[in-house]
Amino acid sequence: MELLELYVFVLAAFVGYMVISRVPPLLHTPLMAATNAISGISLVGSLIAAGSARNGVATILGFVAVVCATSNIVGGFLITDRMLRMFKSGNAKTVEKAGTH
Amino acid sequence: MRDTLISGSYLIASVLFILGLRSLTRPDKARHGMQQAAVGMLFAIAGTLLNHTIVDYRWIAAGLVLGVIIGYPMGMWVPMTAMPQRIALSLTFSALAAALVGVAEFYTEITSGGIPTHFKMGALGFEVMLGAITVGGTLVAAGKLQEWITSKPVTYKGQNLVNGVFFLGILALLVYTIIDPTQQWAFYAMIGASFLFGIMLVIPIGGADMPVVVALLNSYSGLASCATGFALGNVILIISGSLDGASGFILSVLMSKAMNRSFTNVLFGAFGGETVAIGGKSSAGLSVRSIGAEDAAIQLAYAQLVIVIPGYGMAVAQAQHAVRELSEMIEKRGGEVKFAVHPVAGRMPGHMNVLLAEANVPYDKLYDMDEINSDFDRADVALVIGANDVVNPAARNDTTSPIYGMPILNADHAKSVIVLKRGMSAGFAGIENELFYDKRTSMLFGDAKSSLTALIGEIKNV
Repeated sequence: MELLELYVFVLAAFVGYMVISRVPPLLHTPLMAATNAISGISLVGSLIAAGSARNGVATILGFVAVVCATSNIVGGFLITDRMLRMFKSGNAKTVEKAGTH
Repeated sequence: MRDTLISGSYLIASVLFILGLRSLTRPDKARHGMQQAAVGMLFAIAGTLLNHTIVDYRWIAAGLVLGVIIGYPMGMWVPMTAMPQRIALSLTFSALAAALVGVAEFYTEITSGGIPTHFKMGALGFEVMLGAITVGGTLVAAGKLQEWITSKPVTYKGQNLVNGVFFLGILALLVYTIIDPTQQWAFYAMIGASFLFGIMLVIPIGGADMPVVVALLNSYSGLASCATGFALGNVILIISGSLDGASGFILSVLMSKAMNRSFTNVLFGAFGGETVAIGGKSSAGLSVRSIGAEDAAIQLAYAQLVIVIPGYGMAVAQAQHAVRELSEMIEKRGGEVKFAVHPVAGRMPGHMNVLLAEANVPYDKLYDMDEINSDFDRADVALVIGANDVVNPAARNDTTSPIYGMPILNADHAKSVIVLKRGMSAGFAGIENELFYDKRTSMLFGDAKSSLTALIGEIKNV
């Protein structure tokens, strides 16, 4: 089982490297925001810690972790979308005023 | 059956995450791809809630609600100019979540009388160590970016030695907890020490080096959630953590290359000391040529090709909208305007691109350093707005300069250069910029935004 996990790790890191090294510098900030949002997946571990009712300490720590991870997911995906919406091509010529302030 | 559903939801989530990141290679596809990734996240959460070890949903519900209440403003209301500190703060959150889950897992195992295996203890140890380092480091980084803490490097003699010894101490504690997990004090001492170490690691680093630091901490937080995955035996955590880690790793390599620092130098955070060295040519006997908005406007109005070089000064003055307005005026008069973005311009990777996109500059006018550097030879005006070290020719020809070897934008190849600058203070690296003393260069002193507004006004009259 442990070896299998290492297997997954190596392959995922490899895929991540291949995919992300092709992201142009233009989108590096949205990339950081997007990986932040995805890193909110630690919610998975937090949910188990908060909901397993094993002891008070684990529940409280899990609860705080759920708050952190959820706010990253919600905030991360929203801000990524907000940023990506701003990137417009010159050809499209959609000159709408960005009302995001 | 239930386990199959859970694994299936994780598989869907992983695929959608990877497709989402892949969509970021194309600006026109990116938005849709990331929305799919968000759907993937919902699958992963729904799958996890089916887990049979979860028996009590009250704290979960409260946490989810509170998380949404905090997350929504962080997504919708934070202005684009505050993005660097916003990103740093969300790294704090994700590292904190990973570290807390690690502590909860350790505490539960120990108090229930069990002794974690060495493998699990190793994973837990790495998880809380990297998590605590990242929490300490990102808090300082966010504080510096928000300017609650001085953004100048805070250094003292023997700092790297102290940090090195401290880090060895943390590693010793890590090894000790893996060998004997029942020694709980070592585990908790390691957390405290790692948190302090994170602070000590970032405190000596100045504002302009923040792109490297933020990218590096991003990769630490990714590795922390990877380690969580190993500790809990959870595959989706391993996959997402390594995607996050890979992204941070790639960005920090790119950033360190763009600053001509070796990667090992970055990995161990041993930078900051270097920038103290003040070398390069002195400005004695040289004089700069100051120019008024009226003359600068004439140059810009009759230029065929203007290349704008934005820097942190543009972000500070919030001048991106004025820049866009000026570029539209030049275009209306028949000139061409391109934007040259250096990889480390600003305070985080891609900082300038986001600000200009916010101001409605189309992204096909934004060029990377490699794409645009040959165009400077036929540019009539290079308009430098609050940038300094990234256009310093000393990086090319002065081997004694601290920034020697750093790839720069060839602003000095343009027929003339106009520099918008507040005053004659040196750049972040504390070195003189001979470009400012070049005979083709004219300086337009003042706040970037008001200078640009003056230029816009003058061009109308040309």
